[in-house]
Amino acid sequence: MARVVVDVMLKPEILDPQGRAVQGALGRLGLTGVADVRLGKQFIITIDGDVAGERLEQLHALAAELLSNPVIENYVLRVEADA
Amino acid sequence: MSPRIGVVTFPGTLDDGDAARAVRFAGGEPVALWHGDADLKSVDAVILPGGFSYGDYLRCGAISRFAPVMTPVITAAGAGMPVLGICNGFQILCESHLLPGALTRNQSMHFICRDQRLRIENTSTAWTNGFAHGQEIVIPLKNGEGNFNADTATLDELEAEGRVIARYVDVNPNGSQRDIAGITNARGNVVGLMPHPEHAIEDLTGPSLDGLVFFSSVLNALVGA
Repeated sequence: MARVVVDVMLKPEILDPQGRAVQGALGRLGLTGVADVRLGKQFIITIDGDVAGERLEQLHALAAELLSNPVIENYVLRVEADA
Repeated sequence: MSPRIGVVTFPGTLDDGDAARAVRFAGGEPVALWHGDADLKSVDAVILPGGFSYGDYLRCGAISRFAPVMTPVITAAGAGMPVLGICNGFQILCESHLLPGALTRNQSMHFICRDQRLRIENTSTAWTNGFAHGQEIVIPLKNGEGNFNADTATLDELEAEGRVIARYVDVNPNGSQRDIAGITNARGNVVGLMPHPEHAIEDLTGPSLDGLVFFSSVLNALVGA
């Protein structure tokens, strides 16, 4: 079993109103000095067998096509061998 | 025979009934299309109506974009068939890469529901040919993720080619770049619009009758073709 983790974040230049709302709440709860908060998504995909070669390419393609929208988001994909 | 206008229903679509009714009011024949069928039933144009398809899971429109019906919609759009995406339909068109850019969370974080004034800036598309250039209209707007975003090069290209079809007037409700409410593709057959023309087709329920012109425009385009 392999575990594939894909982190998806809004690009830095895209406004993140949710992050801004959380930033406000952190301040109201007494945390000082919060300069910025950005929210993202994490996908944890558990797969039977190894992830390499063509399958890894397929995962990258789907991370760019389905899991993220390249117009507004970046993704980072990593494979963790033993799930 | 009046033109046949397909209206797609995805799981979570809300405005398919009103869109079909608007088509009928304009004089067209609405044809119900189902997300799971890769079949356009020989329609002459397609509307992707508003709602919350797939619960807006992942991103608005991201899962609908891969529904079986979208394969023939994308092919037909590429061949010049008129396609209108309203609200969630606009989001699906962007996710499908039929239109550039993306629609993100409203700047205010609020879901906005109001009668919205727009200025029509392109009257040569399949869906806006019945308007006068610069005409101001009022139709309902209701969205949580209607904030149009694209990189500067894309925005400049849209402006230079006159592909911004409608802009918000008086107030920009969702933070859209350059007050963009709707855009079209280079050919002018695919239009995405955040506000809802299908809710402004009769006095009883709408703020105006302005919305009807989008539907009569496509009938003009099809009959004239």
